[in-house]
Amino acid sequence: MNKSDTQNLIQQEETVLDAEAIGRTLTRLAHEIVEANAGIQDLVIIGIQTRGTTLADRIGTAIEHFEGSTPQIGYLDVTMHRDDFDRDGLRGTPLPTELPSIESKNVVLVDDVLYTGRTIRAAMDALNDYGRPREIRLAVLIDRGHRELPIRADMVGKNIPTSRNDTVRLNLQEHDGSDAALIRYGGQEK
Amino acid sequence: MSTLAIHNGRVIDPALGWDGIADVVIVDGKIARVGPNEGDMVVEADRIDATGLVVSPGFIDLQTHLREPGYKYQETINSGTLAAARGGFTTVCAMPGTIPPMDSKSAVESVLREAEESALIRVLPIGCITIGRNGERLAPAGELNSSGVVALTDDGKAVADPNLMRHALQYSTQFNLPVAQHPEDPSLVKGGQMHEGWVATRLGLRGRPASGEATMVARDIALAELTGAHLHICNISTASSVGLVRAAKERDVNITTSVTPHHLNLTHELVAFNDSYEQIGYKTNAKVEPPLREEKDIESLINALADGVIDAIATDHSPVSAMEKDIEFDLATPGISSLETAFGLSMNLVHEGHLDISTLIHRMTIGPVRAWNLDKRESNIGLGTLMPGAVGDVVVIDPNLEWTVDSESFASLGKNTPLNGRTLKGLVIKTIFSGNIVNDFLG
Amino acid sequence: MTIESNRKQIDKKNDALSLNQWNHHNVLDLDDFSHTEIVTVLSLAERMREILDRRIPRVPALRGYTIVNLFFEPSTRTRASFELAGKMLGADVISVSASTSSIQKGESLIDTVRTLRAMRADAIIMRHEMAGAPYLAASHTDASIINAGDGAHAHPTQALLDLYTMKRHVGDLKNKKVVMVGDIAHSRVARSDLWGLSKMGAHVVLCGPPTLLPRGLGVSERPEHAKNALPSVQIETDIDKALRDAHVVMALRLQSERQENGLLPSLREYAENYQVTSTRLIKAQPDYLLMHPGPKNEGIEIASDVARGDRSIIEEQVTNGVAVRMALLYLLSGRVESTQISEGNAP
Repeated sequence: MNKSDTQNLIQQEETVLDAEAIGRTLTRLAHEIVEANAGIQDLVIIGIQTRGTTLADRIGTAIEHFEGSTPQIGYLDVTMHRDDFDRDGLRGTPLPTELPSIESKNVVLVDDVLYTGRTIRAAMDALNDYGRPREIRLAVLIDRGHRELPIRADMVGKNIPTSRNDTVRLNLQEHDGSDAALIRYGGQEK
Repeated sequence: MSTLAIHNGRVIDPALGWDGIADVVIVDGKIARVGPNEGDMVVEADRIDATGLVVSPGFIDLQTHLREPGYKYQETINSGTLAAARGGFTTVCAMPGTIPPMDSKSAVESVLREAEESALIRVLPIGCITIGRNGERLAPAGELNSSGVVALTDDGKAVADPNLMRHALQYSTQFNLPVAQHPEDPSLVKGGQMHEGWVATRLGLRGRPASGEATMVARDIALAELTGAHLHICNISTASSVGLVRAAKERDVNITTSVTPHHLNLTHELVAFNDSYEQIGYKTNAKVEPPLREEKDIESLINALADGVIDAIATDHSPVSAMEKDIEFDLATPGISSLETAFGLSMNLVHEGHLDISTLIHRMTIGPVRAWNLDKRESNIGLGTLMPGAVGDVVVIDPNLEWTVDSESFASLGKNTPLNGRTLKGLVIKTIFSGNIVNDFLG
Repeated sequence: MTIESNRKQIDKKNDALSLNQWNHHNVLDLDDFSHTEIVTVLSLAERMREILDRRIPRVPALRGYTIVNLFFEPSTRTRASFELAGKMLGADVISVSASTSSIQKGESLIDTVRTLRAMRADAIIMRHEMAGAPYLAASHTDASIINAGDGAHAHPTQALLDLYTMKRHVGDLKNKKVVMVGDIAHSRVARSDLWGLSKMGAHVVLCGPPTLLPRGLGVSERPEHAKNALPSVQIETDIDKALRDAHVVMALRLQSERQENGLLPSLREYAENYQVTSTRLIKAQPDYLLMHPGPKNEGIEIASDVARGDRSIIEEQVTNGVAVRMALLYLLSGRVESTQISEGNAP
């Protein structure tokens, strides 16, 4: 490959986690979550729409395997809480939110890729409208860096160094037909 | 001695039954000669080459709102008569709904004086039926008659009280003055904004039922029969009114009637729709009284115009300001600025084969003259004809010229027309009033 | 309730809601809405219902968006509904009461709208006693105009909330019999409902005394080329016939001025012949739904026991009204992005 050929760079997509690695990583995250919470008492795992909800479901299933019972699972849509979409006059499509009570619970937010941190900020804002959790932790499958807000994940599946021009995408069986985390290189950073 | 020769046109004079290639020679403001090659014999003449064009008597409008005095922001005698000249009219009858209204000799005389000063063509005043057009007390018809009015009408307000209308008709007989009524029963059309029907329902606007017109036409015909007076029905717009007038004429009731070019061509659908039925609008420029009706009404009106049950086309030219139209539909002032589109729109009937051109010219020339006896005064002898000695009022027409309506270019101050952007076929090229060219499309 | 739980199953994570079919800058009536657009509004309203049920029903989605309620006619519920909808989405909402008596010249309506736009109003919610006034406003500003009722013409947000409420209970409206009873001629609600219901495939019956039925609704009253210019509808003056097998019955408000204007002999006679009562409703479907756009006159167009009975969803209409208006404001407030933004490639 000719590295100076930008067209080729843009087209290039590389697998950073395959299906097996994703499965292993989620299982590890499940263990870390239970460990940090010292059990599943008062634990609420909340997936952020869209792929975070699937990850939350899978983590819940994993926990059931080794704990014998499922923690409470919720889904959170943050479209209405975002601060970045309307810079272009765009509006996202809101998706359903379905939460168990979070009052005085130990909430773990789950998302696929942590990047600027704005989704997480929006998620924490949104949670405020539903109640006052005892604590909120954050678990993500991939941390690609480049935070714009003082937010960090408590539990990270995999750290992947990226440039801002790259795109990181998580494919999941339920949405895309197969599991894979992919990175597409977007060329040199300006 | 000034001489004007209009050369080699197709001369149509329905009054005299002429239709053929000829020259028309006007000397000192009067028709001198009409005939093949007559123009060749005149030596020092201004010449108009009318080859391929139609030459006819100037048009006469029974119903023009010149708006002066009182509404000079809508129209003036000067701008209104210029608009008339552009439309081919050489005589207009001025509607009396001015401020002050034409209910006294002094009011009529002031209009005549102003017309003397600023009109480009002949202005014949119309007087009121009642004082202040209030429908309460009769205006002095004798005084109005002697000051020169050609008819009586309360303009857009019908005389609602049947007994008063009876007396108005009866009283008019001594002067041979037609009493013209815009017939809509005030109670039936109260609050109505457009024709009552499916379009009004779709727009949520209150309707003016067709029967609001027919009931008053029926009443007034009965009163004309009772009194023997000359009743003129203005702005006839519905099939049922046509039926009533037709039957009355068969009984020899002394009744005449006129129709507007828009009621002959446009339906109530124009208020709401352009091309598709998916998008609606509230087009105040199509708001007019009586309202635009339905296709079946148009069909009936065209038949009646063709067979003479309707005597004349009258424009009911109603110029209003932009401010009075760019407004909620309910508040918009009704009316269409129609002098400059009257001929082109009416030609539509000819091009579609409903009418021949000489019948159309008849209804715009000798038709209105005979309806109101406009030639009874010595100064108006031969009005609406090209007979030698008649007033030298002539139009030169291109019946096939296509042009696009652009109200911003109207001479009228009223730009209110629903026809903007529409292509019409047929245009008056030159208007000659008393031997002078007052409108020259090519010049 | 079974219907409710089924619905949640479908909606659980991510149903087919897609906002990129939305093509409106204004909401003037439902006649120019496509079936897809109506479905979009109703689905989005379902999301908004969820926000309404939160502990703190307020999201910042419309922060910086300015909404002006411009009401030329008194209104409590519609105005409050829009105000709450705007506030729950984090917009700035102000209300202006204008009276048409002080605004007699049309340029004043245009002036008012332009002035509000100059103050950076993004959306103007307009109620006016004259049909078509919002169309005039919309042609003189680039702010979004939402028609909150214009004369006897249209009330599209009421129709959308009616559709939403019906859909929540009966699901697909196709071939469902919806009967509207009362003063059809003067009802902007009936007109907009008629458009909305017919686009959703419902069978609409309009019932009332002949003096309160508008002309031109029958296909035979229109020329051939215009036969689709109004939705098809069944007209009925006999209420017992009209109510037979009805899935939804909507009573319309009867204003006492109809009696004063001579359209009715008396309110008592109207109630005798056209009041929606439990006896008459026996002929409807057993699980019929009863609706009313409000404010209602119990004992005139609707019997009290029926209005407050267990088939009545009148109060739910009010709640749903806020959700539907939230959905509309959200849609109007910006170009909608077709794909979901995910953190992975957020800018």
